[in-house]
Amino acid sequence: MTMGVSQGTTADTRVQSVQPMRIYAVVLGVGVMCSLAIVITYELTRPVIATNRVSQRREAILEVIPEAESIVAFAFDRDQDLFRSVSQSSDEYELVFVGFDSSGGLVGVAMPAQAMGYQDTIRLLYGYEPTTQTVIGIRVLESRETPGLGDRIESDPDYLSNFDSLDVQLGEDGKTLAHEIAFVKQGKKTEPWQVDGITGATISSKAVAEMLRDSTNVWIPRIRASLSQFHPPSVGGTSP
Amino acid sequence: MSQHVGAPASEVNDFLEGVFRRNPVFVQVLGMCPALAVSNTARNALAMGLATAFVLLMSNVVVSSLRKWVPSQVRIVTFILVIATFVTIVDYAIQAISLDLHKALGAFVSLIVVNCLILGRAEAFASRQGIRRSTLDALGMGSGFTLALLCLGMVRELLGSGSLFGVRVLSEQFQEWTIMMLPPGGFFVLAGWLFVINLWTNRYAGPRMREEVRG
Repeated sequence: MTMGVSQGTTADTRVQSVQPMRIYAVVLGVGVMCSLAIVITYELTRPVIATNRVSQRREAILEVIPEAESIVAFAFDRDQDLFRSVSQSSDEYELVFVGFDSSGGLVGVAMPAQAMGYQDTIRLLYGYEPTTQTVIGIRVLESRETPGLGDRIESDPDYLSNFDSLDVQLGEDGKTLAHEIAFVKQGKKTEPWQVDGITGATISSKAVAEMLRDSTNVWIPRIRASLSQFHPPSVGGTSP
Repeated sequence: MSQHVGAPASEVNDFLEGVFRRNPVFVQVLGMCPALAVSNTARNALAMGLATAFVLLMSNVVVSSLRKWVPSQVRIVTFILVIATFVTIVDYAIQAISLDLHKALGAFVSLIVVNCLILGRAEAFASRQGIRRSTLDALGMGSGFTLALLCLGMVRELLGSGSLFGVRVLSEQFQEWTIMMLPPGGFFVLAGWLFVINLWTNRYAGPRMREEVRG
C-alpha cells in the first residue's frame, strides 16, 4: 500500500521526504519495543498467574468435594498403570485430587476435564463420591461461552442440579460404566445418568455432559481399581 | 473526522467532547462490534467499557508520544502494534489480579482490539495533538463509551433477565425477552437509544451538538 505524493488531503509533507530505511527502522523499533513490553509483562505475571491457578484449583476442589479436610494430588502413571502422589501445585497433565476427612477417610475425588464448547475450550473440575458411585458436583474453571446463554452452565441452578448425584456406577465387569453419561433435551431426564440440557444453550450444556461422559468412562474404572493406593497425608504432613 | 471547527479549545472541552457531543457509540457510531456483543448484562458492559477506556488511554498516550517520529505511510501499522500490545498486557494483568474476573470477562478483552474507536482516536487525534490533550481525549471518549455501553447493558439486562448487575429487580412473573440477550436485541436497543437521543437533539440541543449529530 503506497501513499502517492498526489494524495495531499492530510497535509502530510512528511510523505515526500522519508527514506525507506527510516520506515523500516521505525516499524522495527516499535515492533521490538512492543514485543519487549509483552514479554516483560508475561514474565512478571507468570508466577502470580500460576499461583492464582493453583489456588483457584484448590478452591474448586473444595467446592466439588465439600467434605474434604485435606487434599492429596495423584498423577497417573500410564506405563505402570498406577497412581503416585505429587505436590499440590504440580502442573502435570493427568492429575486427580483425592479428598480426605479429618480421620483420614476418603471422601471423594476431584478430576479435571475439558472440551470444546460453543466459543472456546471449557475447563472444569468435577467431584466423584466412591461409596454412592456418583458425580456430586461440577465447578467450571474457564469458559468463554455466550454471556447470558452458554454461561448458564455455571449459574443455572436447575442445570447444576443435574450433577448433584449423577450415576456413574461400574457395570458388572468392573471395567466400564454400567451406563455412560448421556445428554438429553431440557425436561426429558428420566434416568440418574442423564444430563438435562439448557434450551438456548444446547452446545454449551451438551459439551459439559459429553466431557464428563468421556472423562468418567476413562477415569472412574481406573480410580476404582486403585482406591487402595490413595493414602491420606501422613500425620502432621501436607496441610491444606 | 477532523477537529470540530468552532468548539472552544479548552481542556474541559477536550474531555466533554467524548462524553456527550461526540459520544463514540451514540454520535460517532464507532466500536459497534464489542458494544453490541458485550452489552447484554450491565456488569459485562461496565467491565468492557472500563477495559476499553484503559487501552484507549494508554494507546493515545503512546501514539501521541511517538507522533513526531512515525512516518505517515506506516502510521496505521504502528497504531495497531501499540493497541494490540496494550490489549495483551491488559489480558495478562487481569489474569494476575483475579482469575475470577478474567473468567467473567471471557473473550471480551481480546475483542477490544477490533474496537475501531481506539484506532479512530489514534488517527484523528492522538497522532496530531500533544500528550496532555490526547490524554483528556482518551478519558472523555473512554467515559463516553462506558456510559453508552451501560445504557445498552442496563436495558438489555433488565428486559432480558429481569435483573440489574445480577440483582433481580423485576417480579418473577415477568416473562424475560430472551432476544435481548442475543445480538438482535443489541441492535434493537441501540436503535431505540439513537431514536431517543436524536429526537432530543433536534428539539432541545444547541446548534453545535445538532451539527455534530447530523454529521
